[in-house]
Amino acid sequence: MLKKMLTEDVIRIHESAENWQQSIEFACQALLDNGAIEPSYVDAIFRSHQEIGPYYVVGPGIAMPHARPEDGVNRLSLSLTVIKQGVNFDNEENDPVKLLLTLAATDSVSHVEAIQQLVELFMNEEHIEAICNASDTAAVRSIVEQY
Amino acid sequence: MKIMVVCGNGLGTSLMMEMSIKTIVKNLAVTADVDHVDLGSAKGTVCDIFVGTKDITEQLVAQNVEGEIVTLDNMIDKAAMKERLSEALTKLGAL
Repeated sequence: MLKKMLTEDVIRIHESAENWQQSIEFACQALLDNGAIEPSYVDAIFRSHQEIGPYYVVGPGIAMPHARPEDGVNRLSLSLTVIKQGVNFDNEENDPVKLLLTLAATDSVSHVEAIQQLVELFMNEEHIEAICNASDTAAVRSIVEQY
Repeated sequence: MKIMVVCGNGLGTSLMMEMSIKTIVKNLAVTADVDHVDLGSAKGTVCDIFVGTKDITEQLVAQNVEGEIVTLDNMIDKAAMKERLSEALTKLGAL
């Protein structure tokens, strides 16, 4: 499933980001480019961060920005963004964040399989480290292909 | 035993935790109904244990929800998740 969803065009590597806001913009760009989400979806991610905080930072160095289907999702999609130098999300236990997986779901069930595989990936420290240190998108893709 | 996982939108991170928690309670041989909900709907929900990350549980505490509240630092560390859930389950007499 990840293999199918995380094609090379939705994998982006950035050396750094000025702040968490910019890293979210980076993390959503590929899905805006391919029409999977509307700009309103990015706004909704910022809004929920403002209201609730960085709750979508799921583990050490990993964030999964997302909002709700009705916030502007055109199709079920994922994108993967690496910020090599990391960025702080004010989430003490898990900063700095280096890996962002933007999730855009169209309903509450169709993304279940993708989430299951993301959990598997997130628990594989070796793979996460390799992704965060990858020199190009092809190197990231070679790991994602195993899921 | 009813366990409710809470997150901001009720479909991403809570689903992630729900899957791990289902495995954990099964391993602990506890019969529990595990579901997920968004923060806005949590207040009116009746359950024994609420689970969420710090940002979420702080708000649950502020909302005075009824039930044990389990706070997680992250959603990937299954060992910590098991430890904290076990504490709550013991307190409720389910373990």
